[in-house]
Amino acid sequence: MSLIAVVDYGMGNLRSVDKALEHVAMSGQEVRITSSAEDIASADRVVFPGQGAARDCMRELKQRNLIEPVMQAAKEKPFLGICMGLQVLMSHSEENHGVDCMDMYKGEVRFFGNAINREASTEQLKIPHMGWNNVTQTISHPLWHGIKQGSRFYFVHSYYVDPEDEAIVAGETAYDIVFTSAVACGNVFAVQFHPEKSASDGLQLLKNFTQWDGK
Amino acid sequence: MSLAKRIIPCLDVDNGRVVKGVKFVDIRDAGDPVEVARRYDKEGADEITFLDITASSDNRDTIVHVVEHVAEEVFIPLTVGGGIRKVEDVRTMLNAGADKVAINTAAVFNPDFVKQATDRVGSQCIVVAIDAKQVSAEGEPLRWEIFTHGGRKPTGLDAVEWARKMVENGAGEILLTSMDRDGTKIGFDIKLTRAIAEAVSVPVIASGGVGTLEHLAEGILQGKADAVLAASIFHFAEYSVHEAKQYMAESGIEVRL
Repeated sequence: MSLIAVVDYGMGNLRSVDKALEHVAMSGQEVRITSSAEDIASADRVVFPGQGAARDCMRELKQRNLIEPVMQAAKEKPFLGICMGLQVLMSHSEENHGVDCMDMYKGEVRFFGNAINREASTEQLKIPHMGWNNVTQTISHPLWHGIKQGSRFYFVHSYYVDPEDEAIVAGETAYDIVFTSAVACGNVFAVQFHPEKSASDGLQLLKNFTQWDGK
Repeated sequence: MSLAKRIIPCLDVDNGRVVKGVKFVDIRDAGDPVEVARRYDKEGADEITFLDITASSDNRDTIVHVVEHVAEEVFIPLTVGGGIRKVEDVRTMLNAGADKVAINTAAVFNPDFVKQATDRVGSQCIVVAIDAKQVSAEGEPLRWEIFTHGGRKPTGLDAVEWARKMVENGAGEILLTSMDRDGTKIGFDIKLTRAIAEAVSVPVIASGGVGTLEHLAEGILQGKADAVLAASIFHFAEYSVHEAKQYMAESGIEVRL
């Protein structure tokens, strides 16, 4: 049995992620929601979801001693970050008056409302950025397999990642500004949108992940 | 290339069954919420909203099972409303697989409830449902108030101020229903929709009065809503969600096709 561990650190409902992965998993793959460091260490693939505030996410990860196991998994096996599971990989977030994150990738997590070109726009920018928006695939990647360029995915977030190293950007989306909506680096792929809520294209991405060897 | 405006079919669920007669030709059991949700998903619905109208509190659990079953098969956002009174109710629905929970009357009687709920589960999960009715007379400046009990009881609360207050308390989205238009099929109350949409910084879903595809487009173009919700035009298969989206696209609205 090959294990796909979905990391549970108390931030948000993981049922949808779990059900969507089960829907696309190959026979012989088990999907398990877990907060156990052993499960994360022994898993073949790790999914790192999360919703809520950056401060709460980092606090819960620390309290459950999950920072190290998650960082370790991100170094060595196919790893999929979703939503907050992308944001907390960065160095620092503007949320909650500033929160230090996991610092796996250099860069800041920024608030939409602070973009400098705000006054140029006539209509009020609605925050959160909620709904279906296009994702431009900036690189080819096994996780984009079978998904058309510019396909729409479901987003719900008020902050976005701004990585220093442009080479890790895998997808971009326009909302007031053009922001990084997917990141790829080695065995890590992380997305701002919710593949588990993005109908067939989302399921395709998850399916690609269940078959990805991390290369 | 930008954020799409959303079309959201709404299902009224009573004791675990879809009511208001859904007339899909190729559906075996039109009363089964799972089948209907699956159908709407296939037609391209951007989200689905379930409104629990079960009168008896003994049967409250049935909606939880409905959400569980739908969430196992339909992978688009699900919102559940009706009878949400405590933070515990919100958590139960989210754990069952809902992405968002709509709070209506309970917010009116206890405005702090919205704050408590958003503190606990995050703004992105909390939709505040507002039922508004015009109270200004002909010739007076337009004014709408919040009504409860299906539009029968006035509360004295100004709808625009109330919407702003709910957003301050953490609401991540507003589901706005015109009680003057609900069930009339003569179109949204565009002035109300626009007044609320321009007053708040979060997305607004327009509801109440849709009878034609043109009405849906008006809600977005003139009402400035971010999403439109409709029940009967989809239930009675007058139009499919796909047809509605095509019409909107032809009207110059960005949609997910």
